[in-house]
Amino acid sequence: MQLIKSEGKKNGKRKTGKKAKAAHVTSTLLAASCALLGNPTIADDWEFDTAIMYYSEGDRVSALEGIVQAKKTFKNYREFSAKFVADSLTGASANGAVPQAEPQTFTRPSGNGQYTSNAGETPLDDTFKDTRYQLNLQWSQPLSERYIGSTGIQFSTEYDYLSVAVNGMLGRYFNNKNTTINMGVSYASDTIDPVGGKPAALSDLVIDNGQFSSQEAFNTAFADSRESSSDTKTTLDWVLGVSQVINRKWITQFNIGLSEVSGYQTDPYKFVSIVDDAGIAVRHLHESRPDSRTKQSFYSQSKYHFKNGIWDASYRLSNDDWGVQSHTLETRYRFLLSQNRYIEPHIRLYQQSEADFYTPFYNEHETLTDFASADYRIGKLNTYTIGIRYGMKLSKGREYGLRLEYYNQTPQDAGKTAPGALSTLDLYPSVDALVVQFDYHF
Amino acid sequence: MKANYRSLTLLLLTSLLFTLLSGCSSLGASPWERDLLAKPEMSLNANNLDLSLDDHIYFSKEGTSGGRGFAGGGCGCN
Repeated sequence: MQLIKSEGKKNGKRKTGKKAKAAHVTSTLLAASCALLGNPTIADDWEFDTAIMYYSEGDRVSALEGIVQAKKTFKNYREFSAKFVADSLTGASANGAVPQAEPQTFTRPSGNGQYTSNAGETPLDDTFKDTRYQLNLQWSQPLSERYIGSTGIQFSTEYDYLSVAVNGMLGRYFNNKNTTINMGVSYASDTIDPVGGKPAALSDLVIDNGQFSSQEAFNTAFADSRESSSDTKTTLDWVLGVSQVINRKWITQFNIGLSEVSGYQTDPYKFVSIVDDAGIAVRHLHESRPDSRTKQSFYSQSKYHFKNGIWDASYRLSNDDWGVQSHTLETRYRFLLSQNRYIEPHIRLYQQSEADFYTPFYNEHETLTDFASADYRIGKLNTYTIGIRYGMKLSKGREYGLRLEYYNQTPQDAGKTAPGALSTLDLYPSVDALVVQFDYHF
Repeated sequence: MKANYRSLTLLLLTSLLFTLLSGCSSLGASPWERDLLAKPEMSLNANNLDLSLDDHIYFSKEGTSGGRGFAGGGCGCN
């Protein structure tokens, strides 16, 4: 979270020797005069940031996401911003069931029809398709010489999900604006409307293997596995942050976050398999997660301006009462190739421990607990991202950028011994994704 | 055990915050030294569209979210 606004814009072209020194003095004086005198009566034009991103996991999910963000600064540094996001997701997503030596048949989430997984491969639900629209509106303004406030709303809607959120932030400057303390709160109310209804927790997936006398008999059994048509969830987030200017070239930030999630957090499309001693899946249960989750996080970020580059490094520690603890290290280095062009490599490393109720499968003789999920995303997991961004500034404040990223998820063995035939199959396959993005600022 | 761990983490973080704050008054840049910090690329959330797109990906694919900002994702993200 950051409430400090950029106070300047672009510099001129690269100069050498005395000219460079003169340019430096000029820019320093310019920055000083702006800071000392200010000019609160000037209102800027609208500024637009746009981006289009393509995400692909190859044979799994692919997504196309577009963003348009408009920002206008009014008199006295008051600022309005609006962001519109549209994304479209298609492809196949792991349904949580274990792989088997033989193809497996699953009922589609709607109850209408079936899909079959390949032999020896992680079962994927290929019915996954959704389009999401999101709108954010944010207003921020100085409240006095030392205080700045900001408030906003967010709507997000997709076929089976609706989210409405409000937020408010307050910042106070100290030490000649070198230190800023921010406090923010956000409240989100979500409605989940699963395709085919909300499955009863840990109920059996009803599959038509020819055992039903009629379609009606199947429909009745399927309806019996459903608890209701929809459910809700609320999220209350608190963030307390400090940003500190260390010196002319160095700025840091520290945040502490607290998040209270209450309500339906189960993934209605995920299963947990029950396997016998030979490793054969005999049933699949709809997963079940607790209806409350408390998360804490600590985030620190540092940014340093070298002569010809900018280094950005951050670390996040997160912990929650589901037992998921994670460490995230991220770094970017912007090589300033010239005054107008840069190239920026990016590395992100992420590691998480598994939720207490995560299990890749249940043994037939095991006693079921209240909560169970085989979703690898809350299992023991390591991921890394490597990427590169190229950016170029054009005239009149326009700028474009191109970004390419590779993202790898490697689920880890949580230590459960696979019985029989299951031991020869890959229960923790890694997932690779490629991200391509183009953005334009004007 | 978990509660103790949480209290300890909170205590450490709070101590760190106060230590940092007490040392802050001797740090900083004068208004006329802000030429580099004023560059948009020196903003802590520079390229904020990248950050927002990344947040959406990682919210959908990992068990943790938030930290830099709010944790709530506002999407089903299966």
